[in-house]
Amino acid sequence: MKARVFVTLKAGVLDPQGKAIHHALEGLGFGGVNDVRAGKLIELDLAEGTRGDEIEDMCRKLLANTVIENFRIEQLG
Amino acid sequence: MNSAVVVFPGSNCDRDLAVALQLVTGRKPHMVWHRETELPDGIDVVGIPGGFSYGDYLRSGAMAARSPVMRAVSEAARRGVPVLGICNGFQVLTEAGLLPGALMRNSGLSFVCRPVQLSVENSRTLFTSGYRQGEEITIPVAHHDGNYQADAETLARLEGDGHVTFRYAGEVNGSAHSIAGIVNASGNVLGMMPHPERAVEQAHGSADGRRLFEGLLATVTA
Repeated sequence: MKARVFVTLKAGVLDPQGKAIHHALEGLGFGGVNDVRAGKLIELDLAEGTRGDEIEDMCRKLLANTVIENFRIEQLG
Repeated sequence: MNSAVVVFPGSNCDRDLAVALQLVTGRKPHMVWHRETELPDGIDVVGIPGGFSYGDYLRSGAMAARSPVMRAVSEAARRGVPVLGICNGFQVLTEAGLLPGALMRNSGLSFVCRPVQLSVENSRTLFTSGYRQGEEITIPVAHHDGNYQADAETLARLEGDGHVTFRYAGEVNGSAHSIAGIVNASGNVLGMMPHPERAVEQAHGSADGRRLFEGLLATVTA
């Protein structure tokens, strides 16, 4: 089974990388971009039957730093 | 004073830290590889050096914070052994939960590498007794992820309890409250982004970092 973990910065946490991407988009002439936030996508290939709470534990213990980041888990099949 | 310096794959200030400790204490530090599960007996101070442990994969300090040796470091910290984390070492200590907050990408996005002015915000800690309260000192920084952030409640607690030890005198990396270094609630764990081990003799351009090690030696051996 596979799972995807999306790690994003919490609202209110300044995202310098998102800001730089925003500026670069504007520099390329793309108007109408209000804001950019950059995050991470982590794909996990897991043993069958891995429980959702185990994946959540992985996120809390390593994949996300919950001081500054949120995570969302998407289980695929 | 017996010291240990933890070495991770990608550490690059371990030797500088060892040289500074030896210069001040007169004793060669134990170099402890990240796979070790115990610290040598009789260690009075543990240093977590700067560098790019594990290539800064995932987040700076994240992998190192979960390495076997860090369990022993956390245990020593709980027993009250002074732990000093410099630069990447500060990032490792926050990731390990030994210090609050997190170190994010510099707000200007650039790697910052230059001597900076710091004010000593609390000279009554284990690590800062060699300085005068409010003194301005010069110590170099060299980091990409030194932007200290924590929630408003944590910042208020750090300020209220005197746990902010060093503050940048000017703008460096976007850190909340210009925080350059903090101690934990029990005062035996210090994390700082500037490199005191790179300012231990006049030939370095400043010897202000030396007094951190001398102050630590004085308190530990008192």
